Amino acid sequence: MNVIDMQLIKLTQNGIKLVPEPFKKIAVELNISEEDAVQRIGSLIDRGIIRRFGASIGHRALGIVANAMCVWNVPDKRIESVGTTMAGFDEVSHCYERARCQDWDYNLYTMVHARTQEECEHIAQEISRATGITDYTILFSEKEFKKTGVRI
Amino acid sequence: MIDQKELDDVDRQLINIVQLDFPLDPHPFRTLGEQISISEKEVISHLKKLTELGAIRKIGPIIDTRKIGGDSTLIAMRVPEHEINEVAMQINSFDEVSHNYLRPGTYNLWFTVSARSKSRLLEIFSEIKKMGYPFLDLPVERMFKIGVMFKV
Repeated sequence: MNVIDMQLIKLTQNGIKLVPEPFKKIAVELNISEEDAVQRIGSLIDRGIIRRFGASIGHRALGIVANAMCVWNVPDKRIESVGTTMAGFDEVSHCYERARCQDWDYNLYTMVHARTQEECEHIAQEISRATGITDYTILFSEKEFKKTGVRI
Repeated sequence: MIDQKELDDVDRQLINIVQLDFPLDPHPFRTLGEQISISEKEVISHLKKLTELGAIRKIGPIIDTRKIGGDSTLIAMRVPEHEINEVAMQINSFDEVSHNYLRPGTYNLWFTVSARSKSRLLEIFSEIKKMGYPFLDLPVERMFKIGVMFKV
């Protein structure tokens, strides 16, 4: 990734402006064309540097106030199919495999969002039924100390 | 919180499209309008409303720190309840901490660290170790879903 790509990320990471040509000012600043700017973003997505380019949703504002991190103990050989099934649930926003630790057997993490904690619990039960994974724990967020998103 | 009645069909359609399929061209809002048969002006006014309501936090790139030479992880820390606020503030003081939550259970402070380089992550690690609380290091092994919510 070159300097222009890096600058392009820095100039868009706090959100583009809601104007007819949101890339115009950015392109001028980088001394490139608007077409070049959007093509570069596309290429950064293709290379996986940008995971996606789009809106970040404010769950709370949408009434989705219960957020549960569900942690699952999935046999290693089933992780691919179970991960894919869990990711297919609309209420699941994130689904990651993470390293296991000593005295911490859970290796699959899903963020489940709903209107109430009961709904989250119900969704977790459905996920459990759909995947056959019964060793899991639901960790609701009791307090948000920080949420800024990843910046460079 | 938004009363669901405040969101119309256009709002819902837009929220779903702009998360994953944001058009990368110099006139993205015109293109979005073409997709759902409304004008560019209307798209912008809906998105502005959604942003004011907090339903959309921003439209921009979601970066994969590891792809730009950085490194990230999730840490679960065991902190005595009476110290939790103070420790959370100490953790928050690292710019590299993007999310930080209080959750129930043995490990009660859950935060994500996203550093510009592997060596910077190690530096943060040694700072965290000095705090003296037991913690789990839970880096991502595989991603199945990366922060999208559909059917709002």
